[in-house]
Amino acid sequence: MSDQLSQVLSEVVDFSDYTELLPLLRNTIIACVALGVVGGLIGVFVMMRDMAFAVHGISELSFAGASVGLLLGAGVVPGSLIGSMLAALVIGVLGSRARDRNSATAVLMPFGLGLGILSLSLYSGRASNKFGLLTGQIVAIDNPQITSLLVICALVAAGLLVIWRPLLFASTDPVTAQARGVPTRALSVVFMVLLGAAVAVSVQIVGALLVLSLLVTPAAAAMRLSASPVRVTLLSVAFALAASVGGVLLAAGSSVPISPFITTISFVIYGVCRLVSGARGRV
Amino acid sequence: MTDGNDPAATPLLTLRGATKRFGDRVLWQDVDLDVRRGEVIAVLGANGSGKSTLLRAILGLEPLSAGSIRLLGRGVGRGSRRIGLVPQQRLADDGLPLRGRDLVRLGLDGDRWGLPLPRRAARERVDELLAAVGASRYADAPVSRLSGGEQQRLRIAQALAADPDLLLCDEPLLSLDLPHQRMVARLVDDARTRLDLGVLFVTHDVNPILDIVDRVLYIAGSRFRIGTPDEVLRSDVLSDLYGVQVDVLRLHGRVLVAGVPDHQHHDDDAVLAPRAADDHAQTGGAR
Repeated sequence: MSDQLSQVLSEVVDFSDYTELLPLLRNTIIACVALGVVGGLIGVFVMMRDMAFAVHGISELSFAGASVGLLLGAGVVPGSLIGSMLAALVIGVLGSRARDRNSATAVLMPFGLGLGILSLSLYSGRASNKFGLLTGQIVAIDNPQITSLLVICALVAAGLLVIWRPLLFASTDPVTAQARGVPTRALSVVFMVLLGAAVAVSVQIVGALLVLSLLVTPAAAAMRLSASPVRVTLLSVAFALAASVGGVLLAAGSSVPISPFITTISFVIYGVCRLVSGARGRV
Repeated sequence: MTDGNDPAATPLLTLRGATKRFGDRVLWQDVDLDVRRGEVIAVLGANGSGKSTLLRAILGLEPLSAGSIRLLGRGVGRGSRRIGLVPQQRLADDGLPLRGRDLVRLGLDGDRWGLPLPRRAARERVDELLAAVGASRYADAPVSRLSGGEQQRLRIAQALAADPDLLLCDEPLLSLDLPHQRMVARLVDDARTRLDLGVLFVTHDVNPILDIVDRVLYIAGSRFRIGTPDEVLRSDVLSDLYGVQVDVLRLHGRVLVAGVPDHQHHDDDAVLAPRAADDHAQTGGAR
């Protein structure tokens, strides 16, 4: 019994060759830093605009796109990008109100998953690749993949920084923002495109089922601690980085994918933030 | 005054033949109205008479069916920095990461691109705006934790932040108790004299603002009447507008209107919140 337990544990965490492993993980660590920054930033707006469920829906469609891309030989990256962009735009157009958006998301999500499963079952390539799209990579990220990932992350971050103020205005106070001439409709389309791109890159690391742990949980945790938009944003990025980079470093010593480490760290941070905010009645 | 012209004589806002129809239904027709600096005009009428639609039209968010609206001699675009809006809608979403000072800051430069970098001038301006409405005490509290009256003070500071020429108030007294209604009226009056603003104040009850109102625009049954409160809030005038007997009583300085037909119209524009077909109920469909 205890033998079995220690065997399982050593599979989950084994740091014996840790120093030799780290250089191999260079790409993955860089990717996780980029993802942490982007996830932390965009998560704040996801929370403000009440779109957590939509993010989940977009990631399922991103999975579908990636699977189709894999099946057709077009590649996982363009596939997941196209899938999540389409989903983001459809949800954005159909679901301007939270209620409409939730039903549009709920309709799209099983369709996406089904399409993804179909494509994967028709695909005859390596099996670990298939599973990875849903639950995350085991470890290594190759060079072409890291380049595209970094470029997309940079574009999303740059886009967010440019539209930051009007997007904050439109997300928190839409009626007044519109009266002041903020192009709320155009901003919401741009935001959906940026969100689609952010989801597509996250799917490649943490997998479609677990995207929320990077794009929603850190921001939700940050909001438990502060009501200042600046502080919430900084905390959200810090939490997302802690989860993503911490996840890789822990996963390095194991044969388990990165994602469970990321989701667990993310969850623990959220739990601690809730306890802290409960203890001090949130200031 | 310096150039010899009386600035009060040049209207801030001019409506000429302004008409709004939804299909066959006429909300208001041929409205001619000049709003001057330093003037408070109460916009009154039953629910659904198109009061808030009028404000949306002035903001350029709702196209007119006919006629024109000019602000400072120019046509209106989609929204404007020259207009401050005090909406009725509460920002009650719990957990919204926004403090009082952030809400006011959005009014200052929330429509500009880029990051809201901390600037000393902006901070001082926000502090000044908060002090002017007596909201300094809870400037750092989350907006969602504040009472309706506290939020409304912040809303007024936000509306004044960009130094507008015209202030639009869309039912800002709803769900406030009487002392807070009086407080909002006092703050609006103070801003009008201090900043020489023109004010359009939509309300279903004129009494809390009766002391500060210069003129009344009363809309009913696609028609309207403009004049001083004493000229418009009379039994014969309102009976004529509504087409049924309406009694206006003056009691201890209050105006009581009896006999207004209920549910004469669809209640579709009671607040300035975007219509269902519009695209930004992002804060959780806040109506």
